[in-house]
Amino acid sequence: MLSSNVVPTGSTLALSAPLIEMRGITKSFGAVKANEAVDLSVAPGEILGLLGENGAGKTTLMNVLFGAYAPDAGEILVEGRPIAIHNSADALAAGIGMVHQHFHLAPRLTVLENLLIGIPGKSGRIDRAGGLARVNEIGSRHGLSLDPNLPVSALSVGEQQRLEIIKALFRGARLLILDEPTAVLAPSEVDGLFAALRSMAAQGLGIIFISHKLNEVRALTHRCVVLRHGKVAGRVDHPASTTSAEMAKLMCGHEIVPPTKEPSTPGASVLTLDGISTSGHAGTPLREVSLFVRAGEILGIAGVSGNGQRALADVISGMLPPNAGTMTIAGKTVAQFSPRELQALGLGRIPEDRMTTGLVTNLPLADSMVLPRVGTEAFSRKGLLNPAAIRAFAEAQIKAYDIRCPGPMVRAGALSGGNLQKALLARELAFDPKVLIVSQPTRGLDIGAARFIHEKFLAMRGKGCGIIVIGEDLEELLMLSDRIAVMYEGRIAGTLSGAEATVARLGLMMTGAEGRA
Amino acid sequence: MSAVFEQIFQVGFLAAIIRIATPLAFATLGEMFSERAGVLNLGIEGIMLLSAMAGFTAANLSGSLWLGVLAAVLVGALMGALHALFTVALGLSQHVCGIGVTLFSSGLAYFLYRLIFGQQSVPPSIDGFKPVPIPLLSDIPILGPAVFNQFTLVYLAILAIPLAAFVLYRTPWGLSVRMVGENPRAADSAGVSVIATRFQAVILGGALMGLAGAFLTMAQFNAFTFGVVSGRGWVAIALVVFGRWDPWRSAGAALLFAFVDALQLRMQASGLGHIPYEAFLMLPFIFTIAAMAFMSRNAVAPSALLKPFRREER
Repeated sequence: MLSSNVVPTGSTLALSAPLIEMRGITKSFGAVKANEAVDLSVAPGEILGLLGENGAGKTTLMNVLFGAYAPDAGEILVEGRPIAIHNSADALAAGIGMVHQHFHLAPRLTVLENLLIGIPGKSGRIDRAGGLARVNEIGSRHGLSLDPNLPVSALSVGEQQRLEIIKALFRGARLLILDEPTAVLAPSEVDGLFAALRSMAAQGLGIIFISHKLNEVRALTHRCVVLRHGKVAGRVDHPASTTSAEMAKLMCGHEIVPPTKEPSTPGASVLTLDGISTSGHAGTPLREVSLFVRAGEILGIAGVSGNGQRALADVISGMLPPNAGTMTIAGKTVAQFSPRELQALGLGRIPEDRMTTGLVTNLPLADSMVLPRVGTEAFSRKGLLNPAAIRAFAEAQIKAYDIRCPGPMVRAGALSGGNLQKALLARELAFDPKVLIVSQPTRGLDIGAARFIHEKFLAMRGKGCGIIVIGEDLEELLMLSDRIAVMYEGRIAGTLSGAEATVARLGLMMTGAEGRA
Repeated sequence: MSAVFEQIFQVGFLAAIIRIATPLAFATLGEMFSERAGVLNLGIEGIMLLSAMAGFTAANLSGSLWLGVLAAVLVGALMGALHALFTVALGLSQHVCGIGVTLFSSGLAYFLYRLIFGQQSVPPSIDGFKPVPIPLLSDIPILGPAVFNQFTLVYLAILAIPLAAFVLYRTPWGLSVRMVGENPRAADSAGVSVIATRFQAVILGGALMGLAGAFLTMAQFNAFTFGVVSGRGWVAIALVVFGRWDPWRSAGAALLFAFVDALQLRMQASGLGHIPYEAFLMLPFIFTIAAMAFMSRNAVAPSALLKPFRREER
């Protein structure tokens, strides 16, 4: 970590002209100023961190640089020469490559075809041989190898990201922009990505690394720019020797204090799984999973993604009936395993994917917020909806949870991730669940929003709710949980008390190396 | 039934399959290019009718069949451009615009035909294309006279299949077409113009549909009637799905449909007279539905089919 604070090529770097310079970039969407007079530059061989909370204008700024948006004011210089970037073709021609948060790949085409798109052929044909040679060259130079003939749909998320990086290099990018690249990666994949990025920088590429994860920015970048409300809030010249707290303060504009956690006084078990096994489910099935959560307790479920967490969440929320084992909620045995039955027994759930299983993006927010209980007395009478009650409920929750939106009738999909998560939380907590199951509760959220969600969980715990948090972010699990169970290949590999659990110990158990009952 | 069976391996029967398959192959390839780029073209039925009319009229007035073919291709391309204007440039509903293009083209075809030829007691006709035997190849027993003693347009259709596959799978343009049909944003970020590529694919598709129409009035029937297309366009849409958006499979699907169609024609003509002929007419369509139901359940359409592409979206 120390080495990353040292500029790789020493003093020569400071003298060389910036690879890319953005001066006074301003971009508005309607009345909202997404970027205001932003200056930024990247030198060859430099990894620049671009920090900011969601909505701070990071992605907009990079979209301006990549030609997706035209800036209202300001100029872009490549190696000291001002250039106009009207579209991605211009950006690529100027040597700017971008790895978007949502990959721009065609899943049914092969790796090679995805690379060759937009590349002029050789005498009217696609130049496969030339393409293969270049892929191999890039692969060996930066340690980024992929089978060029595999369809993209056969690649893991990490491999798809590697393909996006190769794609940018393939097009001769000298500046690589990565928009929150670690959000989709497992912790082990992050190390591989960082190694590749360091190698590329060492060979003279400029890299802009967008993130809101402070520890990553501190570990990887040489310098960083912090955006807040579209403006540059500060610049950090030595991220590795700057504390996370200082950087968080720049990002949020105020100090972030971790939530205080009262000692737990767990009551009786509110949810018990006994020997649950599943089959016929996409992903890893569960094998004889037994666990319990008590009232006023938070149980963390750790594990490398794909070890049965999805099946566990689906069983507990009633979407996947198990073929063996029993489940009881507050002493009552679950008979049917339907979401409605479980809800009636007092289960609340916040699914992993807010946009697909969480709510209906094309409906008004108010409708999405009452969806699980739309047929109940509260929102309908004699088979007819009660729009006034629905609206009133949504309005009350928007106020109580400070959900930033134009109003309850706005399309749910128009909200930011943090506000959607607040809405989902409000929808479940309004009915005082006895048990709450949440998956990846703060994925993609910024510090402020994540902090809010954590506080709500701890408040529910204080009120006697039993909470299961399925997550990949170990720091978060350690901070929230009273006990942590680790899943490995569809089984519970072991359970640790909050006092016993450490990142190292959990990490070992996640790889199946250590078990503990 | 044995009488029907005996006819299957006759030269005439094989030749009939090839003839029936030709317009379907052109239309299917045309629809396939359009859909591979992400644009469903329900205008196909009307585009084929208007092209058939335009080709017939141009041939009738100029006396040149090839001028007729050219007219049909140009009209097909033009109507393709119209559909692309609505669905690609303006991003309107592909279903609604496609049906609109069919209704508009059909109406225009009827109207112009009446305007040019008036109401005649004997419908005008032309001296259509004649079979052109290919030396040596046409001497192969059975296959020779059936496949290599055909209209030039048939040979064109046979050549069009590998050519379409080559263009789609081996050229940079074909890769762009597939990419804009799968993930337009990916193509856009790679510097490929999604709008231009889709326009080109839909126009090429329209031109191929025009060739299908030209074949009907200038080789198959040598006259224009209002029922000349009679659902072949709709069938082509099904055949594209059946052929899983692949040129070879789509052409194979056209051939299979043509086989059932030729079979039912023979059955109509054979000693099964006590069954109404309409029952036989249904056969190819029942076959298509059955084939789709059993063999295309796992067919996956291009991901971006039906989805308009817009740039600056937040």
